[in-house]
Amino acid sequence: MLLDVQNLRVSFRSREGDNPAVRGVSFSLAEGETLAIVGESGSGKSVTSMALTQLLPEAPLCQVDGKVLLNGRDVLCLKGKELRAIRGKEISYIFQEPSTSLNPYFTVGGQIAEAIKLHRPEVKDVGAEVVALLDQVGIRDAEARRSDYPHQMSGGMKQRVMIAIALACRPRLLVADEPTTALDVTIEAQIIELLRDLRQRLGMSIILITHNFGIVDGFADKVAVMFRGEIVESGDAEEILANPRHPYTRALIRCIPKLGERCDRLPVVDHAKIDEEVAALA
Amino acid sequence: MKASNGDSGRPLLEVEDLSVTYEGRSGLFSGQADGVRAVKGVSFKVERGTTVGLVGESGSGKSTLGKAILKMAPVISGSVRFDGDEISGMNEGAFRPYRRRIQTIFQDPYASMNPRMTVASIVAEPLLVHEKGMAKREREDRVVALLEKVGLSGDALRRYPHQFSGGQRQRICIARALSAQPEFIICDECVSALDVSVQAQIVNLLQDIQQELGITYLFIAHDLAVVEHISQDVLVMSQGELVEQASAEDLYASPQHDYTKRLLGAVPRMPTILRSTALN
Repeated sequence: MLLDVQNLRVSFRSREGDNPAVRGVSFSLAEGETLAIVGESGSGKSVTSMALTQLLPEAPLCQVDGKVLLNGRDVLCLKGKELRAIRGKEISYIFQEPSTSLNPYFTVGGQIAEAIKLHRPEVKDVGAEVVALLDQVGIRDAEARRSDYPHQMSGGMKQRVMIAIALACRPRLLVADEPTTALDVTIEAQIIELLRDLRQRLGMSIILITHNFGIVDGFADKVAVMFRGEIVESGDAEEILANPRHPYTRALIRCIPKLGERCDRLPVVDHAKIDEEVAALA
Repeated sequence: MKASNGDSGRPLLEVEDLSVTYEGRSGLFSGQADGVRAVKGVSFKVERGTTVGLVGESGSGKSTLGKAILKMAPVISGSVRFDGDEISGMNEGAFRPYRRRIQTIFQDPYASMNPRMTVASIVAEPLLVHEKGMAKREREDRVVALLEKVGLSGDALRRYPHQFSGGQRQRICIARALSAQPEFIICDECVSALDVSVQAQIVNLLQDIQQELGITYLFIAHDLAVVEHISQDVLVMSQGELVEQASAEDLYASPQHDYTKRLLGAVPRMPTILRSTALN
């Protein structure tokens, strides 16, 4: 098992008291597998993903408990150099808004080179590697585009650059946190296609964090549905999508507008109704 | 003076052969650059009380078209008639009343509200501009009623935009747009930044409001599934031109233009979800 998360708990401390964001979450991921963590904003999915490499604020602002076993080693116990060896090199991230992740003062090529120099000092010809990476993420005319600044690129291109930076470290696990939410549908389809292709070619595992079941279908092997900081349903993606059991999962799938299925009103996710249904099931 | 709500049978909005060109740079130090023709000879009509969807990728000119209707983009030729009146050539003073009648809701609700104003003053602002004679008491009642209409409770009044979630902020923007009692609302990607579940709530809210108040929408978006759901007619825009216009049913059932087919192809296919019978 590449990643084994056991009973992960995260809570944020404020003047009013503790606010638990993740309440005992467990999941695992094998080499080459794709897991989608699906939930609405506030469900704790991003906090879960950031806890994996200790990206959250330190105690006492934020209390993280549980185990994050990466090849059997608990990442939550690591510090300093050991932790930095995991970040980027083993587990890499891409986030929702590529423009805020890229530094506007440096060329995209320079930012990719930075990641290569830091994590793979053995690479001799960094320039050639930058071009190869841009090529790999489908940026045409990579030789010329490497000297572009982020503002000279479209949103889709910037997200491709972010993926190139993430891949520069040859991670074994790529965490994609809402990678297409800020993009057009056509660009979203291209980015998902790119991730699919890279996953196959590089054999890496992916954790896809999203609120949209539409992009999970046909992409993920496993699904974990998060609701108020807990995983309420998890398992094989196709099985869950074909036959969702938890009322929350069903509501999340229903609310996606479907082409060619006109209806008067879109179904919504009604938390009170979900609580009732859960109580009725119990 | 025309009656502002005359049901004359003519379309509320008629756009004819509209072109918009953004000037190139020609300053002393910046060198010469050609202008960009963002909208090229676009014609369409919007009937009163209906929703017309406008789809296209980013850069296709769909937002510019929306801005051109509001005289916020440089129109170089063509005409825009609102309720029979030619508005594209009007000067700012003459156009003023139309700024009340046509409202906009943008994609990022946080960016379109002043973070230092309370929700009460945000929603009341159009009333201060467009209905100067209104008594304070009446204005406050109107604001409370508007917030209720968009599904927010009265305790939202004294709070600030940052204290709300994305969906709630968009509700505040809708309340503000409604406070001027407009006939026409341009929704520019107003659900694109929201979670699917919140998107469904806002789309339903817009439809409820339309049913109750008879407001007409131009619904600009890049997601064909949402547009198909909310619109009667759909305009497809690519590189500044309208490449296809059809009813929502026809557009989905038999898309004519290659670009439309490509947009339809980009909507997530959802093979398992659509096959699933468990949800029906």
